[in-house]
Amino acid sequence: MRADWSIYISFIGAGLVMLLPRNAKNLIRWTALLTGVAALTVALTGYLAYNLWIKTGNAGLWQVINLPWIPLLGSNYHLAVDGINYPLVVLNGFVCVTGILFSWNIEERVKEFFAFFLTLIAAVYGVFMAMDLFLLFVFYELAIIPKYFIIAIWGSTRKEYGAMKLVLYSFIGSALVFIGVLAAYFAAGGITFDILELSKHPIAGHIQVWVFPLIFVGFGVLAGMWPFHTWAPTGHVAAPTAASMLLAGVVMKLGAYGCLRAAMLLFPAGFEYWRWIIAWMAVIAIVYGAAVALVQKDFKFIIGYSSVSHMGFVILGLATLNVTGMSGAILQMFSHGVVASLLFAVVGRMIYDRTHTRQLDELGGLRKALPFAFWTFLIGGTASMGLPGFSGFVAEIQVLIGAFQMSPWLAAGAAVSIAITAAYILLALHKVFFAEEEHVTGGGHGHGEVVGESRWNLPGITCPEVVASVILMALLVIVGLYPSIMLDMIKANVALFPGVAR
Amino acid sequence: MNYLTLFRALAPEVMLLLAAFVALTFDLLLQHSHELQQRMRIAGVFAIVGLLGAIVLLVQQAPVTLLGGTLVVNQLTVIFKIVVVALTVLTVIISIEYPVGRHVGEYFATVLFGAIGMMLLVSAEELITVFVALELTSLSLYILTAFHKGALRSQEAAVKYFMFGAISSAFLLFGMSYLYGVTGSTNLREIAVAIQAAGSTPLLVVALLFILVGFGFKVAVVPFHLWAPDAYEGAPTPVTAFIATGSKVASFFVLTKFVMLSFAGMPGSAFWKHLTPGWTMLLALMAVASMVLGNLAAIVQYNVKRMLAYSSIAHAGYIFVGLLAASVTGATSVFFYVIVYALTNLGAFGVVTALSERVGGDDLEHFDGMAKRAPFLSLLMLIFILSLAGVPPLGGFFGKFYLFMAAVERDSVNFGLLWLVIIGIAMSAVSLYYYLILLKHMYVHKARNEERLKTPAYLNLTLAAVAIAVIYLGLNPQPLLALLKNFVAQL
Repeated sequence: MRADWSIYISFIGAGLVMLLPRNAKNLIRWTALLTGVAALTVALTGYLAYNLWIKTGNAGLWQVINLPWIPLLGSNYHLAVDGINYPLVVLNGFVCVTGILFSWNIEERVKEFFAFFLTLIAAVYGVFMAMDLFLLFVFYELAIIPKYFIIAIWGSTRKEYGAMKLVLYSFIGSALVFIGVLAAYFAAGGITFDILELSKHPIAGHIQVWVFPLIFVGFGVLAGMWPFHTWAPTGHVAAPTAASMLLAGVVMKLGAYGCLRAAMLLFPAGFEYWRWIIAWMAVIAIVYGAAVALVQKDFKFIIGYSSVSHMGFVILGLATLNVTGMSGAILQMFSHGVVASLLFAVVGRMIYDRTHTRQLDELGGLRKALPFAFWTFLIGGTASMGLPGFSGFVAEIQVLIGAFQMSPWLAAGAAVSIAITAAYILLALHKVFFAEEEHVTGGGHGHGEVVGESRWNLPGITCPEVVASVILMALLVIVGLYPSIMLDMIKANVALFPGVAR
Repeated sequence: MNYLTLFRALAPEVMLLLAAFVALTFDLLLQHSHELQQRMRIAGVFAIVGLLGAIVLLVQQAPVTLLGGTLVVNQLTVIFKIVVVALTVLTVIISIEYPVGRHVGEYFATVLFGAIGMMLLVSAEELITVFVALELTSLSLYILTAFHKGALRSQEAAVKYFMFGAISSAFLLFGMSYLYGVTGSTNLREIAVAIQAAGSTPLLVVALLFILVGFGFKVAVVPFHLWAPDAYEGAPTPVTAFIATGSKVASFFVLTKFVMLSFAGMPGSAFWKHLTPGWTMLLALMAVASMVLGNLAAIVQYNVKRMLAYSSIAHAGYIFVGLLAASVTGATSVFFYVIVYALTNLGAFGVVTALSERVGGDDLEHFDGMAKRAPFLSLLMLIFILSLAGVPPLGGFFGKFYLFMAAVERDSVNFGLLWLVIIGIAMSAVSLYYYLILLKHMYVHKARNEERLKTPAYLNLTLAAVAIAVIYLGLNPQPLLALLKNFVAQL
């Protein structure tokens, strides 16, 4: 089946869910799940086929569909896949399926939740596959609105504030992109929005210098680029679990992907001009995000800020403009997508939904109460630290090598964060899962007086949670131990990127 | 020139006139024997039949120029007359359930008179006819605004609307008289030729200034917008819808005609770093003021109709950006946007009409928890509001995109008009805030009373059709766009 069916299946699924009676909650859940699985299957089979093709020494785009859409503008309905976006398409599929599984316990307005969720998923598929700037922009903006409702209706801490902040940041980012897109369109002659066609039209250097930052920063806002990242922690914390997973796991990648596909491809001269500044901003994000995560008191905020830090690696990798660094960046997008989903699932679904608190001081001793959550967090956390054997290691080491080739100072700066990351993950691990006896004196929401194991009396981990966690952990390990399943296609296509150093 | 040609060319307008009289007469006859609700339905059906008949006549019309270019019928005017008639049909449909008092026949007749004015406005290419058509439209709307006989705010709104409108008409007439004095003609095309030949004189600038002020009032741009929030809030909601859509479509159509025919050769520039006094600069300033003020003022409103009034001021600002591009693309984008905007707004006001009557008010908090109480209409409102905010894949998004594109295209080498686009886009981001506030009330807030609201099926279906049109124009704008662009050449 053609890769674009992932988009249509998700849209159809959203429509189907809308038509179901609102009280048939299980039917709605299963419909959503089957939709997600079907879309993932389409993506995954295509991915494996493409991988085989790569293994035989090929590289390049696979056209999916290319029809005239608005000929008056020169905009085509053009979708295509290659080694750069296929890992992200697959990532979206996995986060969708696991997100639905982790949302199994939502009881309120189930129908609307899954309708919004699947619409968001469909739009994200669209962004990743679009090869027409106008089409990409349409999908990109379409992805903004469902997030608002998902967070504002089903979220937690300061949900309306977090939702509005996120949406306005995204919209302002896309406004910058909009201006850049128009400028690029006219600077290239005003005949086509097709990214591949546009990239063949050289745009005058003095225009590139000011248009590039518009588009890069516009997309960068969504990628959590420092100093435009402040929506990310508040948004992630306010969101319900599935939305946090999707936000950190996939939506932030939309931004980074846009930076790569639109800004860097179309404005090589502008990129060259701003490259060093971007690289240093990325290093600041990496260290700053990690340092701030270290001092958080709210478990979810730790993961939120760690996302800023890890997305910094993506931007840094892109800025290196060499095959190693950029491949690392793309792999990091995938890897962080999985890690962040897993960690948000532990925090939001497994812990918060049961204990109704995320304060580190009030948690503690959950290792015995929720052993599965403990092991999941251990694996996710270790992957987040970048330990060998997990995908994060392969990704970050390549980014660091790439950055080293650009400047050893960049690599050194970024490497500092690895130690900090280890510190905040271990600290959280200690406070949440161990450290029981020290904390029982406080009045933690009525649990305080009880001592020892009986302090937590929590419902067990459910089957959907186990399945979803196992899927995500398996991905981390598979890509960690056998990176070439993803890295080969990334490298082959990054090498085709114009202006990339070997 | 014989009367038969004249009659044929104006047959759709005559049709509406007949429908208006039939509605009046029948209502007079049924006044004592029927319930108010039944009379509303009967008169409404007469009006709708007349309007549909007008559409049938419009579709068959052949291009013709009447009375030496006073009235013109061509494909473009036919399209716009169909739009006006369609908007009137929708207005009538959302009026049927609305309590407009006991003067039922008068209400529907006045709506039809307004529609006739708008249709003539679309056809007119001569100053006096433009003025007469504009007055017919405006007077009908003043009367309609006051139709809430019992409500003080309806009366206040009507008086305010009338005062402002009368002054703006005076400005317009004054400007037109100067224009005639300078060029020696009242025909728009002859005026254009005369301006080309004579070049700009101070008197001409004064004339254009006054005409712009006059139209500025009619389409409610800053600083001539003050009547709009009160009139929108005070008028019966279906009338608000009519003011915000039908009259805007017709006014913008004729304004675009003025710009394209008469102003285009005039001096003045709105290009960044090359700002020179003239009509484009004036339009640019009005556009900026409308976009900024309209959007910022909308944020603090607690009444939905008032909020939509400020939002419509902002939208007039966006449209001005396309207008001052004064190119074929610019005119096309204005036409496309006006059509989409009118459909969207009519839909939004339609939902407000249907719901506010049932919950007893049109403040934001009356809409709390609507998603649960009226899920279908709430979904439609979601579509309309997001289209107003310019979110893809809805018509409003593409319309706005194309407007701004037209502005950039005007000077695509130095990006002279990009500054306007930047302000417009920044203000769109602001507008998303208050649109989301409304949607938040509908979707996020809990209702104090969770009782389901029943709305008549015909209303739901009509509004759903409007929503589908809005979505369709966003997904596939090419056909309408190509059509309009093709016909703009006929201007």
